[in-house]
Amino acid sequence: MSQNPKQYYLPGASLWPLISSIALFLMAAGFSMSLNDIASGDYVLIAGALVLAYLLFGWFSEVIKESVSGFYNKQVDASFRWSMGWFILSEVMFFAGFFGALFYVRNFSLDWIEAGSYFQGFVASWPTAGPSWPLTGEATKAIELLDPWHLPAINTLILLTSGATLTWAHWGLMKDNRKQTIIGLALTVALGVIFLYLQMHEYAEATFTMAGAGIYGSTFYMLTGFHGLHVTMGTIMLAIILFRVLKGHFSSQDHFGFEAVAWYWHFVDVVWLLLFVFVYWL
Amino acid sequence: MNKRTILSWGAAFLSLFAANSHADYALNLKTPSTEIASQIYDLHMLILWVCIAIFVVVFGLMFYSILKHRKSVGHKASQFHENHWLEVVWTIIPVIILASMAYPATKTILAMKDTAAADMSIKVTGYQWKWGYDYIDQDVKFISTLSTPQDQIHNKAEKGENYLLEVDNPMVVPVGKKVRLLITAEDVIHSWWIPEFGVKQDAIPGFMKEAWIRVEKPGTYRGQCAELCGKDHGFMPIVVEAMEEADYNAWVVAQKDAAAAADAGADREWAKDELVTAGKAVYEKNCAVCHQATGAGLPPAFPAITGGAVSTGPIEGHLDIILNGKNIMPAWKAVLNDTDIAAVIAYERNALGNSAGDIIQPSAVKAAR
Amino acid sequence: MSTTTATHHDDHGDHGHPTGVMRWVASTNHKDIGTMYLWFSLFMFFFAGAMAMGIRAELFQPGLQFMDPLAFNQLTTLHGLIMIFGAIMPAFVGFANWMVPMMIGAPDMAFPRLNNMSFWLLIPAAILLIASIFVPGGPIAGGWTMYAPLSVQAGMSMDMSILALHILGVSSIVGSINIITTILNLRAPGMDLMKMPLFIWTWLITAFLLIAAMPILAGALTMLITDRHFGTAFFDAAGGGDPVLFQHVFWFFGHPEVYIMILPAFGIISTIIPTFARKPLFGYASMVYATAAIALLSFVVWAHHMFATGMPVAGQLFFMYSTMLISIPTGVKVFNWVATMWRGSMTFETPMLFSIAVVLLFTIGGFSGLVLAVLPVDIQLQDTYYVVAHFHYVLFSGAAMSIMGGVYYWLPKWTGHMYDETLGKWHFWLTTIAFNITFFPMHFTGLAGMPRRIPDYALQFAEFNMISSLGAFALGISQLLFLYVVVKCIRGGAKAAASPWEGADGLEWTVPSPAPFHTFETPPTVK
Ligand code: HEA
Ligand code: HEA
Ligand code: CUA
Ligand SMILES: [Cu+2]
Repeated sequence: MSQNPKQYYLPGASLWPLISSIALFLMAAGFSMSLNDIASGDYVLIAGALVLAYLLFGWFSEVIKESVSGFYNKQVDASFRWSMGWFILSEVMFFAGFFGALFYVRNFSLDWIEAGSYFQGFVASWPTAGPSWPLTGEATKAIELLDPWHLPAINTLILLTSGATLTWAHWGLMKDNRKQTIIGLALTVALGVIFLYLQMHEYAEATFTMAGAGIYGSTFYMLTGFHGLHVTMGTIMLAIILFRVLKGHFSSQDHFGFEAVAWYWHFVDVVWLLLFVFVYWL
Repeated sequence: MNKRTILSWGAAFLSLFAANSHADYALNLKTPSTEIASQIYDLHMLILWVCIAIFVVVFGLMFYSILKHRKSVGHKASQFHENHWLEVVWTIIPVIILASMAYPATKTILAMKDTAAADMSIKVTGYQWKWGYDYIDQDVKFISTLSTPQDQIHNKAEKGENYLLEVDNPMVVPVGKKVRLLITAEDVIHSWWIPEFGVKQDAIPGFMKEAWIRVEKPGTYRGQCAELCGKDHGFMPIVVEAMEEADYNAWVVAQKDAAAAADAGADREWAKDELVTAGKAVYEKNCAVCHQATGAGLPPAFPAITGGAVSTGPIEGHLDIILNGKNIMPAWKAVLNDTDIAAVIAYERNALGNSAGDIIQPSAVKAAR
Repeated sequence: MSTTTATHHDDHGDHGHPTGVMRWVASTNHKDIGTMYLWFSLFMFFFAGAMAMGIRAELFQPGLQFMDPLAFNQLTTLHGLIMIFGAIMPAFVGFANWMVPMMIGAPDMAFPRLNNMSFWLLIPAAILLIASIFVPGGPIAGGWTMYAPLSVQAGMSMDMSILALHILGVSSIVGSINIITTILNLRAPGMDLMKMPLFIWTWLITAFLLIAAMPILAGALTMLITDRHFGTAFFDAAGGGDPVLFQHVFWFFGHPEVYIMILPAFGIISTIIPTFARKPLFGYASMVYATAAIALLSFVVWAHHMFATGMPVAGQLFFMYSTMLISIPTGVKVFNWVATMWRGSMTFETPMLFSIAVVLLFTIGGFSGLVLAVLPVDIQLQDTYYVVAHFHYVLFSGAAMSIMGGVYYWLPKWTGHMYDETLGKWHFWLTTIAFNITFFPMHFTGLAGMPRRIPDYALQFAEFNMISSLGAFALGISQLLFLYVVVKCIRGGAKAAASPWEGADGLEWTVPSPAPFHTFETPPTVK
């Protein structure tokens, strides 16, 4: 395997793992407290979030430090590539769960309630006669859906462009064209921010919310919400990469940090396309 | 050798407990009393014997080799580690065996699913923790709850023969008729199951699932709720009386009269202590499982009635919660008639250590629905 | 302790080999982390086992003896949840940590720090689960499957458990990514995929299953928590949702999960049997393909847990057929094991005894699984003690007993001492006999119609339940012997040679026992 003389890098003792478990513990404990309206929960939750922020910052800067001091040989680089790939697979499966739920509800269970609801006396509480998509539960007035060819279409364009600018930036990095890299990245980050702004705008405009809007609202906000969350993380990571480019961390040979984030960003793009088709359009 | 050990040990134990043996213990599926159930019975026997056969062959060989190919008898290890021909064979044979099981199974499934051309329909509703039966075409409906006394459950009294398998109002069906069951639930998922019928269907809130039975001979058939549904999942049995058509029709008439009598009761003026005494029965049958016979409840899940906010607060709120439910508290609209509800309210407010003093008339309950 | 690596990270002092508490808390060494995993799992096994003792005590006789029905459901739920997520899964990860780098000739795991994180994430999850026992309303009582809407009714403990499972999910995913990467990228020169020990293969595939299945569980739990607190209607028909949707998502995770708990066990068995038969594993290639086939099939059989929900007939037939199919690759494995023993030169040390028992008893569990796979029969057996018998045969005498066998097999390598063979054999016989007394009668009570998850039962089940309970107490006590043997072996005993087993082969046996802190700093070459 490793044809190169230098050894596979093994880090020494580190407290980050322990800190990570403390962070998650505080967040989980705090969250379950505030969910059950124990006031102090919020503080615990925030404390946990702070520890988490400290952890991410500290751990990543340590890794970056090691990376720039050249501890990582080709084999370590390969490890990073493998792991990022598998991580993205797990993300894919996470979204697959929600898309699966949407598919199941729209294609099966709604008809089955139709049959059952005759006895259940639900029908009265539904806008249309019997349950049919989009079903918004108790809401007596039929909600008007978001027009896919308005904001969502624009957002689609924005994300697709951002994918392109990112690739362009990558080409720049490949041929050590710093200027092109920086411009490309900056554009991508900007587009990401605009997307998020528009998405929030859409939420504000929407005539229905996550709560009490039945299965339609549930699936809509669960899917678009988690996607939005991922775009946010992606944008932050892109910003960090931009920062690292400015500090000259990457070379045409060695820039996996850049590629990892790029992979992630393209993954988020693809999820959006699916959202556009299955949540907004069809 | 493990199998032999089990059997011998098992036998030893059985003889040990034969002394205080309560009822006859069974080793196999209950004797079927519908067509479907007997098909299932045969399917199970088929698979069982196939598995036993494979088991004997495979482990016969293994134990032979354990006896003969051991180092202590000086057997030298040969080094073969592949034999494609063999590997193909023992992939193909199982395929054939499985296919021969899948075929009859498929036929049974298709039969189970065929609810068409039913002679009558009964809507079955699962509640925490009782069953409701609604004879759709006869408009006969009633609730069926466990009738085993608490004393038996808490070992204060000798346990009866049908311990935990007995109810106050069994579901009644005519023999030889194809009965379509429309199964649903009010609160959480339950599962309606009578082993002798080969019917087990989850009762899912908001959905109406179908099953059917045609009972061959008259008799009493007992089953239990087969999906974890909370605290008293173990205490909501299902009992079905199958009777000749004539007896069944008589039963229907009797039910109708009883219902009519109850309704009539709803229209007249009731005296307070009259309601309170009636309420005691209703309370102990329906409410005591959670709020306890003493009214102490099981906080925090099940609040106390004695001194409870609702049963000492305004009577309208009291009525509303009983009619429409709240969180875990089920809605009793569909379950209790006006008189029962008025009675239980009177009981909760003026007994169990409460003395709110006021009552509500059945007629008012009817109005509030 | 030669630490050639130390030069690489003088930026944070020398960490060749920290000592004291730091050695464990801050560890980046796969062996120490593996050890922590194994101890954690043993503790959890005893914890959940003690709960099982509570269950069996209540079921010793009809009537309510020791607890109210709610408390019983809570015991059952926590017992299942902790055994699966706290005992079995961490135990296998512990094996992976110890053995994977040694078996493939790697210096350590690919990401030592993440490796330690995967372990330390178990602790907050465990604390949340155990703490949930003491919150108002008590721990969750809806069964380890947490079906909605019952789990929507539950109290605060449900939120704590959901978040605990989220954390466990993160731990498993990070751990699996680490293991996959290690296997794919850190193998010694010359060890190509089809030369890897079978244990490595089974873990490679298990890790894939974990990465693909765990996020699905996360999805199900997320929908559950939003239904509970944020007004969504995924599982509420009144809002157009469907309670059964939860079951679909849960079991899409849940069935792969059960193979996650058996594939590494297959790997361990496939390592032990050739050693003591002094004969190479029969049908290595077909073993690999069979494992892969089981993994892939496991994603299309989930609804066999939902036969009684009343799916459309097409669905019922599909899931019945696909489920039955899984018997074929699994059968191939059983046959291969028997063929490996065939005409070998067998000796019967404790690990071999456990392996033989696993092959036989797992097959019983597999057969009962097949019976359940046949839908009409499952209609009679679903949610009865027959199912309880089935999954204890595959989980205890499949997973747990291979873990015990594996522990005996590698203890010499881990501790440098031989364990006490006589006591080991005692532990084996007591466990095997007590196990069968406990769980074999459950087939009968199940067939006769005793539902699971009930604190009290009709009189006709009394005899068999009494037998089960007595067996269970014996089984419990026997596990104390296991603890004793392990501790005794750590404390001392006959020095173990580098390769204490005559027939053993594999890189782990080329290093001295106990294995040095850093094993293969310069990768060995495989012929
Ligand atoms: C390690 C865990 C494990 C394993 C390996 C298995 C293996 C199998 N399981 Fe099991 N199962 C569980 C853990 C496991 N299961 C658990 C925990 C539950 C309950 C969950 C809950 O509700 O709480 C469950 C429940 C469960 C059900 C649902 C029961 C119900 O609730 O109604 C079903 C139904 O199909 C099923 C089937 C199978 C089958 C067909 C296999 C097959 O993989 C078995 C294949 C093996 C063999 C068949 C034996 C060896 C083969 C041969 C010797 C070849 C020749 C044989 C033939 C050709 C017949 N299992
Ligand atoms: C790998 C997983 C695993 C393992 C190893 C076990 C091990 C055991 N299980 Fe478990 N079990 C499950 C997984 C497992 N179980 C699951 C998933 C469920 C379903 C839960 C649900 O329905 O949601 C279940 C459910 C379940 C039930 C059904 C409960 C019900 O439906 O109401 C029963 C009943 O007998 C039971 C018994 C036992 C026993 C006696 C053991 C024994 O093997 C335990 C032996 C070990 C010990 C006892 C620990 C060591 C000893 C001590 C702690 C010292 C103290 C000992 C004494 C006081 C004697 N289990
Ligand atoms: Cu109703 Cu279990
Ligand atoms: Cu399964």
